[in-house]
Amino acid sequence: MTVVDDRPETAAPAPRRRPNRLLALLRNSWRQLTSMRTALILLFLLAVAAIPGSVLPQRGISPEKVNEYFTDHPDLAPRLDRIGAFEVFGSVWFSAIYLLLFTSLIGCITPRLRDHVRALRSRPPAAPKRLQRLPQHAVLPAPAGGAAAIAEVLRRRRWRVEVRGDEVSAEKGYLKETGNLLFHTSLIAVLIGVALGSWYGWSGNRLLVAGADNAFCNTRQQYAEAKLGPRVDSEDLPRFCLRLDDFEARFLASGQPEFFNARVTVDGPDEPTRSGNFSVNSPLRLGGASVYLLGHGYAPVIRYTDRFGRSQVSDEPFLTTGDSGLTSEGLAAFPDANVDPRTGRRAPDEQMAFTGIYLPTAPQQAPFARSEYPTERNPALNLVAYRGNLGLDAGIPGSVYQLDQRQVRAGKVKEVGTKLLRKGESWTLDDGTKVEFLGTERYVTLSVRHDPGSTMLLISCGFLLVGLMGSLFGRRRRVFFRVMPADPADGSPTAGSSLMEAGGLPRTDYPGFADEFAQLVAAISGDERATERAGTDRDGSDRTGVREGTE
Amino acid sequence: MSALSDNLVTFAILAYLVAMISHAVEYALGNTRARVAAAVPTRELVGAGVGGGGVPASPAPVSPSAVPGRSARRARIAGLVAVGATALAAALHLGALVTHGIAADRMPWGNMYEFVLTVTFVGVAAWLVVLWRRPSLRKLGLFLTLVMVLLVATAELVLYVPIVPLVPALNSYWFVIHVSTIVFASGIFLLGVVPAVGYLMRAGYEQGKRSFPYTLAKRLPGAAGLERLTFALHAFAFPIFTFAVIAGAIWAEAAWGRPWGWDPKETWAFISWVVYAGYLHARATPSVKRNVATWLAVLGFLTMLMNLFGVNIFFTGLHSYGGLD
Repeated sequence: MTVVDDRPETAAPAPRRRPNRLLALLRNSWRQLTSMRTALILLFLLAVAAIPGSVLPQRGISPEKVNEYFTDHPDLAPRLDRIGAFEVFGSVWFSAIYLLLFTSLIGCITPRLRDHVRALRSRPPAAPKRLQRLPQHAVLPAPAGGAAAIAEVLRRRRWRVEVRGDEVSAEKGYLKETGNLLFHTSLIAVLIGVALGSWYGWSGNRLLVAGADNAFCNTRQQYAEAKLGPRVDSEDLPRFCLRLDDFEARFLASGQPEFFNARVTVDGPDEPTRSGNFSVNSPLRLGGASVYLLGHGYAPVIRYTDRFGRSQVSDEPFLTTGDSGLTSEGLAAFPDANVDPRTGRRAPDEQMAFTGIYLPTAPQQAPFARSEYPTERNPALNLVAYRGNLGLDAGIPGSVYQLDQRQVRAGKVKEVGTKLLRKGESWTLDDGTKVEFLGTERYVTLSVRHDPGSTMLLISCGFLLVGLMGSLFGRRRRVFFRVMPADPADGSPTAGSSLMEAGGLPRTDYPGFADEFAQLVAAISGDERATERAGTDRDGSDRTGVREGTE
Repeated sequence: MSALSDNLVTFAILAYLVAMISHAVEYALGNTRARVAAAVPTRELVGAGVGGGGVPASPAPVSPSAVPGRSARRARIAGLVAVGATALAAALHLGALVTHGIAADRMPWGNMYEFVLTVTFVGVAAWLVVLWRRPSLRKLGLFLTLVMVLLVATAELVLYVPIVPLVPALNSYWFVIHVSTIVFASGIFLLGVVPAVGYLMRAGYEQGKRSFPYTLAKRLPGAAGLERLTFALHAFAFPIFTFAVIAGAIWAEAAWGRPWGWDPKETWAFISWVVYAGYLHARATPSVKRNVATWLAVLGFLTMLMNLFGVNIFFTGLHSYGGLD
């Protein structure tokens, strides 16, 4: 980002030609936008604009909390919503800030890139006439070989050297600007990586209950929530199926989780059939997607035998309520219960549903409301039976994990009774029908994702870091040497040989330059004592002449 | 082992307190010295800023030649005691961390208590390194030990939780990489804010401001040196912090399925990063005044504090490992 104030006066426009007003305006706006001050303000705005994203709930992270916020603040929430406060990082104003910032960045580094390439190809400039006016200066005996020997030492120390007669100019530290440009270019690459990920990436979340019957295949309909990037179609999803074979969880005595592992079988046209393991921190990497373990729980297996003697089994997952004992709540619905097998006539008012709380480790006595431990030490299922029209045929979308309370309120579904069941126990209801708690299956919450931008993101972050180091720790500096005949009146011990005059100019803020300069000229002169002499020379003045216009 | 660690923390706080008091004594004696210096200017005393600084030249009660010598000697002794106490406190602090880690059988960075304890240790260790290389900065120690006492005592009194093993989500080698670098960078940023604040006060003092916070800076080292130290510390910490955030993103990709998800902790890390980047840009731009740039560094540190305390306490997110629920 260039600094407006420091920019040398632009060449005077061609005389006597009225500048085009529009062009001038555009040029000035562009110059303003690419100025350092604007960039700093935009950076600051970016930081400020991110704050609401952490204070207010965000749709992308926790949609349920956004809904909660709407209920708690019915007046404020819609107004906030209108300005995108619940989707800060996708909002117009946030995007405007970073897009402007990146435009400013591009506008700034493009000319600098050109200048730097030019600088890399050019030779170090000629030595100034009066070396004593440079921040560092020393006069020492010259090495035997004169300018060529000086150049040789400098080259060995990886300076870029140019010899002009008796003068040697050398420059070092191009890495600073190289690093700086690399850093800023990498930032753009990071943004592109993020954009690629959001355009071409997709993700889906769902529960997966163990067992062959519950396997799912990677299609959009199979996910509870699916997000497809704007450039992704449902047909683009890789075709594979997943089956949960086993889930293992270990816990400490306190109930704190210690270890998880899910074993699955992968199958499908786009993936070779194989078995795979994954857990928190180590996802299952497939060709076109990765599978992440987000959570786990129990799915009670409940069998209901209706009045015609027909049995149906439900193994719907019960959702965990968030406590460490994995107390879970759920619903086992039997909408096809009590259908007369001879007539096939549906009995809409005879549908059955059981809501329940599952306790992997039930307490020894009532109330049976909270599980004490996350593994099944004393499993118990507290069921409430309902009979009536569950409202599932009405075509109104509802949760599969909760009974439709509208039907209960409308009196269409009636509570029949409550009972605590242990594993294997059964309960005969008032109409002679029977419900059994057969056992449980494990289920896992999965996230299946594909982010095609992640590789680019990783690589550009690597370059970003390398560039950042070069930019922060690189130091551009120049040294000049002039070999001159020794002054016979000087009476120096090296009389007869020639002297060299050296000057040094740090081009960036570099407090240690005086030491480096002293060491360098001493090494070139081959005179160890000179280190001290040059070191004390104008010590502390190394900041003069520091003028760093760009960053 | 766990009890030993807790005791060591208590002793470390006491040692920091001793160091702080000794620094304060050094400061106070330095002031006597300055007053005498104003009356009897001698060459060995730090002249310009102090002597001409409008300090009332009250006549010394005792012979002027005896007092500055004795007073200066006492001040130096107090300063050395302070440095010794800081070093002792740092050793106790390190001992507390090591024993805590042994008791927990893992790196002691699993919750907020352990995190603050480690960050403050990095800060004080880096301070001792700075002090060793630039002994003239000793008087900054008053502010550093004050910060230490406040943070370590907060950790001990508010954040303390008993040792438990890591949850599976933290059980990854990225835990060591991500958290150690975050801790290290935070420690350096913590140390960096001390010369930053010192510079802001000292620069005001050197411009002739004599109201309350500026007068504190009377005995501080020169503003230019403080400013350069501030920049050096931030320039050192920033790439480490950047690396730590990138490592966090790599870990987040493996653990949560996305490298960046605007979790509150991530959002505030982003804010800190942007503010510190702003500081480094402002510092490198001649048209931006140095004190404006330094304010950005202070602001950056405030965002780090917000990320550590505010986010852990007020927001819930994926990074909720504070252990304060």
